[in-house]
Amino acid sequence: MARRGALAGDLTASEIVRRRLTGRQADVLGRAFEALLLSALLVALVILVTLLVDIFRDAVPVLSDRGVDFLTSNVSSLPERAGVRQGIQGSLTIVVFVAILAFPLGVGAAIYLEEYARDTRMTRAINANIRNLAGVPSIVYGLLGIAIFVQFGGLSGITGGRSVVSAGLTMSILVLPIVVITAAEAIRAVPDGIREAGYGVGATRWEVVRSHVLPYAAPGILTGTVLTMARAFGEAAPLILIGAATGFLSTGSGGFFEQLRGAYTALPIQVYDFATRNLREFQNSTAAAIVVLLVILLLVNAVAIVLRNRYERRW
Amino acid sequence: MDAAIGDGRLTVADLQGSPRRRRKEALIRRLLFGAGALSIVINVLIVVTLFDGTVDFLSSVDLSTLWTDGWFPRRNQFDVRTIVAGTLLVSAIAMVVAAPLGLGAAMYLSEYASPRSRRALKPILEVLAGIPSVVMGFFALTWISPNIMQRFWDATAFNVGAAGIGVGILITPLVASVAEDAMFAVPRSLREAAYGLGAKKRHTTIRIVFPAAVSGIVAALILGLSRAIGETLVVAIAAGGTGGSLFSLDPTQPGQTMTAAMTALATGSDQVKGASEAFPSLFFVGTLLFLMTLSLNVVSERFVRRVRKRY
Amino acid sequence: MNEGGEGVGTGTRSGGSRARPRQRPYTGVAVKTEREQRRSEASGDVIFDVRDLSVLYGDFRAVRDISLPIHEHEITAMIGPSGCGKTTVLRCFNRMNDLIEGARVEGQILYHGVDLYAKEVDPVEVRRRVGMVFQKPNPFPKSIYENVAFGPRVAGFGGSMDDLVEESLRKAALWEEVKDDLRKNAYTLSGGQQQRLCIARAIAVAPDVILMDEPCSALDPIATLRIEELMRDLVRDYTIIIVTHNMQQAARVSDRTAFFTVEVGEEGRRAGVLVEYDATERIFTNPSNQRTEDYVTGRFG
Repeated sequence: MARRGALAGDLTASEIVRRRLTGRQADVLGRAFEALLLSALLVALVILVTLLVDIFRDAVPVLSDRGVDFLTSNVSSLPERAGVRQGIQGSLTIVVFVAILAFPLGVGAAIYLEEYARDTRMTRAINANIRNLAGVPSIVYGLLGIAIFVQFGGLSGITGGRSVVSAGLTMSILVLPIVVITAAEAIRAVPDGIREAGYGVGATRWEVVRSHVLPYAAPGILTGTVLTMARAFGEAAPLILIGAATGFLSTGSGGFFEQLRGAYTALPIQVYDFATRNLREFQNSTAAAIVVLLVILLLVNAVAIVLRNRYERRW
Repeated sequence: MDAAIGDGRLTVADLQGSPRRRRKEALIRRLLFGAGALSIVINVLIVVTLFDGTVDFLSSVDLSTLWTDGWFPRRNQFDVRTIVAGTLLVSAIAMVVAAPLGLGAAMYLSEYASPRSRRALKPILEVLAGIPSVVMGFFALTWISPNIMQRFWDATAFNVGAAGIGVGILITPLVASVAEDAMFAVPRSLREAAYGLGAKKRHTTIRIVFPAAVSGIVAALILGLSRAIGETLVVAIAAGGTGGSLFSLDPTQPGQTMTAAMTALATGSDQVKGASEAFPSLFFVGTLLFLMTLSLNVVSERFVRRVRKRY
Repeated sequence: MNEGGEGVGTGTRSGGSRARPRQRPYTGVAVKTEREQRRSEASGDVIFDVRDLSVLYGDFRAVRDISLPIHEHEITAMIGPSGCGKTTVLRCFNRMNDLIEGARVEGQILYHGVDLYAKEVDPVEVRRRVGMVFQKPNPFPKSIYENVAFGPRVAGFGGSMDDLVEESLRKAALWEEVKDDLRKNAYTLSGGQQQRLCIARAIAVAPDVILMDEPCSALDPIATLRIEELMRDLVRDYTIIIVTHNMQQAARVSDRTAFFTVEVGEEGRRAGVLVEYDATERIFTNPSNQRTEDYVTGRFG
């Protein structure tokens, strides 16, 4: 409780200090600044919500009318009949390729760089190189894919040119630097004491890596890899270049290896295709295909998070 | 062996270890090195491919066509200025969107958010980061264009502005994440020194943390710019310009970027390999794109290294 | 007179008793007797002969001209102020310095007469025979059983792992406390238990020598005491070399003590050197070198 003098100007020194320290200072500017910063995040949230709502709204007619049929139909020029079956198939095949090729090679490279390589100029060059490769636009990898896997004179004899094999190989190359970086980070996070202990009982480098470093880093590597797969699943730019089919696509004939070397499509390509064709007719189909894509991505991300939590609880 | 000390219980051979184990170790080491060296192989392949294709194109085409009015590959008009300008325009618009959003979000998360609100807010950016560019392209065309570009400015259905905004939204999480790391890395002691002098939070944030983290923030912006330049699908879907376009800096009109031009070349009727000069121009444009993004990434690396050196 | 005729390091003044007033650190009579007893039982053979050892990290010479013999079935303590290279020297005995980039060794260490750094020698094999316990307990993030079993397994042990694990844990005085659940994660153990687990892990590969790098510095006094008791048991079967910051610990536990310090050499470069190496009683009650005396009486360090 303030004790005032007869006039406001009669406040004693201690009274002034008391006021200053205990009075509620508004600091309007400070609050406003904080609100401004927060609004950036809120704007992002609004955008996200708008995007999802808008797409879902567009997708509902197709999904509610046709439901699972949308998932099982083939490509067609008629919106009532077009479906994403082949796109899902193609994308899954590509992801399998990436998992088989990019994952072991990437983790292997990361192990080499973090555990085996000495700090020489060569090692530093490789590291810088990988970081640069990770920053190259994805479409440039499409050019690489064309040159190596699709054009005559490249490996098109084996891959069959514009095939899902070419797509898988190209996407593996694209994704490889990211896998290396993610895995290297996870390996670096392993405490040194564990390595020393392993060496101390007379284990070789590989024994230490395999029995102690890798298991410890595994959750991080796995999560990173799964997230990278998700990214590979949603990438379309290189695929456009290396000739994922748009428009009509026949499948089902021929054996397994012929199919691998034949025409194919991928889910994000189908979205692109629907979106750039006659939009008025295909707008709902596009939205529906996007919903399928987003749901798959959501599932993959959820798997990654579950994996991470399950392994991290160990210690 | 020193006979005076040696007690005969051990020879060098005893300390040699199991040859099987050593051979296995050497083999594994070689395999892993191969994996590591693969990245160099890939890099070489990229450079060779681009170089080869560019030389192919430049030698087969009349160089005056590189400076004509507009990018119309089917008419043998390869005006580089058009598509570069298009790329820069889209990227500029994207940065106008992403810089305030990304930096603002980063600043809030790093300086103001409590651990609980951080856990609630960070996922927004993470989910946004997971949106594939195809999806954003569709959103730009079906929502951003009508509701923003066409409503406030008189824009055509396909326009550069919508694409630019879409790209901006896409790169916001990247900018935010790198900037946040940079601000987070500023040591507590600096902030505490400021608070100890009686500074308010916003003063500390703006005058102390921001300048200290500026290298990392610049790196974030450069990385965002590089990513915006390389962004393909949003422009391919929403910006129009697939047939070719004139040089234009008007965001309300359709336009063509380097990346979208490449997709057009690959999917248009010019995709018959080698049948026209249009197809090899793909590699030429790709090389330009590669050089631009590479130099930006290298510059951004320098800035990141500056941050690491300080702290 | 020195017993056994072993050499002392550089920088000592020639022997001869000097009458000067000094404080005698308390070493404990009982321990002394036990130590003398042990010394007479032990073979006294030299197991490590260190000759003019220097360790360089790149250009920087961390320790120079170290010469001393380590005797079997003894506890040898290495003491000295921080930064004088004791740990560096310790890590030479099991070639752990190989893991540090740019680390180089000059001079020789003979292990049972064999040059430890000879080209044909495999450091992995050395580390099986010369085990190490680290300053901060570092069990593997696995079960207690797996911690102990890992070493023997990679070394190709073919017998009953269960028995070996039990025996190692018994020798490390940990068996009674963990025998009910060997599958428990090692991180659930207390600090002292973890360190004893690390000792069990080192023992499991049947080494000759156990190196200990300040094994008790992260532990409370009670845990420390238990480990010191354990060391006195273990030395019957193994040779122990211990680096310690704690002078009193060295006085309590060791048979011989080596005192290191930092010296400024030519060009003003600092390097660790061995000042004096002698029976522990002598180091602590009647050291030959003034610097040793200054250190053990607490005048510096």
